[in-house]
Amino acid sequence: MLNYISKRVLIGILTLLAASIVVFIMLEIVPGDPARLMLGMNATEDAVQALQQQMGLDQPLLTRYFSWIGGLLVGDFGKSYTYSVPVLNLITERIAVSLPLALISLFLSTIIAIPVGLFSAARRGTLADSGTMGIAQIGVAIPNFWFALLLVYVFAVTLRLVPAGGFPGWNAGLWAGFKSLILPSIALGLPQAAILARVTRSALLDVLGEDYIRTARAKGLSRRKVLYRHALRNALIPILTILGLQFAFLLAGTIIIENVFYLPGLGRLVFQAITQRDLIVVEGVVMLLVATVILVNLLVDLSYALVDPRLRGRS
Amino acid sequence: MNRFWKSALAASAIVLLSTTASFAAKTDLVLGIVLEPPHLDPTAGAATAIGEVVYANVFEGLTRIDAKGQVLPALAESWTVSEDGKVYTFKLHKDVKFHDGTAFDAQDVKFSLDRARDEKSTNPQKPLFASIDTVEVVDPLTVKITLKQPNGDFLYNMGWAAAVIVAPESADTNKEKPVGTGPFKLDNWAKGSQITISKNPAYWGKPVALDKAIFRIIPDPAAATAALLAGDVQAFPVFPSYEAVPQFQADPRFKVVIGTTEGETVLGMNNQKPPFDNLKVRQAITHAIDRKALIDGALFGLGTPIGSFFPPHHPAYIDLTGESAYDPALAKKLLAEAGHPDGFKTTLKLPPPVYARRGGEIIAAELREIGIEAEIIPVEWAQWLEQVFKGRDYDMTIVSHTEPNDLNIFARDNYYFNYNSPAFRDVIKQIEATSDTAKRTELYQQAQKILAADVPAAFLFQLPKTGIWDAKVEGLWENGPIPANDLTAVKWAE
Repeated sequence: MLNYISKRVLIGILTLLAASIVVFIMLEIVPGDPARLMLGMNATEDAVQALQQQMGLDQPLLTRYFSWIGGLLVGDFGKSYTYSVPVLNLITERIAVSLPLALISLFLSTIIAIPVGLFSAARRGTLADSGTMGIAQIGVAIPNFWFALLLVYVFAVTLRLVPAGGFPGWNAGLWAGFKSLILPSIALGLPQAAILARVTRSALLDVLGEDYIRTARAKGLSRRKVLYRHALRNALIPILTILGLQFAFLLAGTIIIENVFYLPGLGRLVFQAITQRDLIVVEGVVMLLVATVILVNLLVDLSYALVDPRLRGRS
Repeated sequence: MNRFWKSALAASAIVLLSTTASFAAKTDLVLGIVLEPPHLDPTAGAATAIGEVVYANVFEGLTRIDAKGQVLPALAESWTVSEDGKVYTFKLHKDVKFHDGTAFDAQDVKFSLDRARDEKSTNPQKPLFASIDTVEVVDPLTVKITLKQPNGDFLYNMGWAAAVIVAPESADTNKEKPVGTGPFKLDNWAKGSQITISKNPAYWGKPVALDKAIFRIIPDPAAATAALLAGDVQAFPVFPSYEAVPQFQADPRFKVVIGTTEGETVLGMNNQKPPFDNLKVRQAITHAIDRKALIDGALFGLGTPIGSFFPPHHPAYIDLTGESAYDPALAKKLLAEAGHPDGFKTTLKLPPPVYARRGGEIIAAELREIGIEAEIIPVEWAQWLEQVFKGRDYDMTIVSHTEPNDLNIFARDNYYFNYNSPAFRDVIKQIEATSDTAKRTELYQQAQKILAADVPAAFLFQLPKTGIWDAKVEGLWENGPIPANDLTAVKWAE
């Protein structure tokens, strides 16, 4: 087990290194100069050059790469070109929104999807099954920004129960912060729940066809007990895989929902940083996300072993 | 007293209490803005969003531009100009303090102007200061500025956001913690979310009515609509969705104000690249464009057509749209005379704003009618600045020139139009050296005519400013002579 983990960590570090090179080079070849963008159309050439110098953009490529990587190793993500504050501060401010949002959505998605999947699987082929799966299919098909706008018009514009968007900051109180995340997490969580419910159902159905299920039933266990004790546990592996993927998506891929609810999350930070060519911010966030995905994958793999005792010996 | 009467009494008491409370006018305002400023120092960045937050609110200059685009005194209470138009002596207000408590005096003026024109300066509007020769401190409340040559725009130039007065103690940290002399000071900037400014109790001038203003950043047009409807923001001075305007016009809770801006929107052409080096080709293109259809399609009917590069609200404006009226038959004839009877293939690079992307599709369709196949290439701003603006690597592009007083871009060396007219340059030189209004008007009109005849670009429309705010909010600017949300006169009606 320990051997397995250390091997995975080593692979993770190599992946990060490769990602850092790819991200750095990719952003270098994108046309556009942050200094010129900052100073606009009336700027004189010497003013642009002075700003490039201030930003350190006049240094050669390799020098900049190594000073950036060197900084990362000691936890220094550099300074944003546009905001001129440490990148790490910007990222932590945004994580304070994106992480709770991702977790609430994931929680919402799980507590809806798994019971729905169980319900459908237990009633395979009935009207109840095709009904719930039909609804889930709609949930998969609905674009989440459209669903988000619908939620805003009903709950914020018409009923005025929650704000239409924005984030007051956790300083404004736990409830105020949470309240502004309710609609976004529903808009994000429900479509994810629809996907997860379908995966849960088909994973359960696969397992229910196995010989050991027939044996368990033959031993005299009730349908319900078989479903919970034997089927669900064995179906957890594909469910955990999807959950891992969903978490990575929810953390970074929520730019559209962040725009609809004008939330200051990671997605918008990256988007804004790309348009302003604030490359050092983009690089920092991408590295963080790559690290998160590696970590989540590792945790998912480790949890397989928890769920399935057979996998424990194999490593 | 029975139960019913008791509760009825209680209910009426509550109603009474709540109505009394609403008699006191509100003193805070939440405004929506589309783009977040990269930082808050107008002397170090060109983004309009910087001015939209800090101009007249946090920072002040020697002069200021008002809602009508006129020059008013600001930190300078008065000035005199020498006979030859080269020496300006400014008398400064006394007892003015920066937000950090340091005193404002003539030294700060000298520092700010010298800093802006310094070799190492990163001021986005450095040309504004090019005519300054020396800045001298006569006494703590008097500054003498000597120009290299007379400049009729000098007082206007000193009213730009890039010319605000900063203090040596705080100049380097203004991006994050702006320290100005204005009636509001920065409270808090929650990045990506909102910027809060609050009343400066030590303000030297007329106190403002608002205690607090929040600029909330809402980039998405649908979200902007929802935020206004839900009452989360009470004003959207530059509302991003033209198509939602009628909905607000029909709603008595809101005031919809369509004003003008300094944004002359043009179809820029590369004047040195064939076939655009041929005047007839450029003329053919302008005659192929139906400005009305363009404005209806791209701006939902809200822009004003222009026939040259000059804002219609300016006193010296002349309507030259007739010179390039929509006439596809004439356009085809001109194209044939230019040696392209079957048209040609070209490209059209479009930056992100909706006027460019939507307008570009309409123009491409109209050009197809006369045989010109324009391939649309969408670009980001950073790419646009690199390729079109700096590299001049393009055929046609659409962009709105939003700086005030920018007729002179057609007289600049190596500007992206690649237009070079000695006659036009001469007129611009004369304008810059003239301060007499009548003479300037005549020269401005001459310049407009030269551009309408030479067609260095196809002149499309003046960009509108679509402001929407709560019907009880008063004092916001109707027009956008410069990028600003001047809150000094804003209040809630009682």
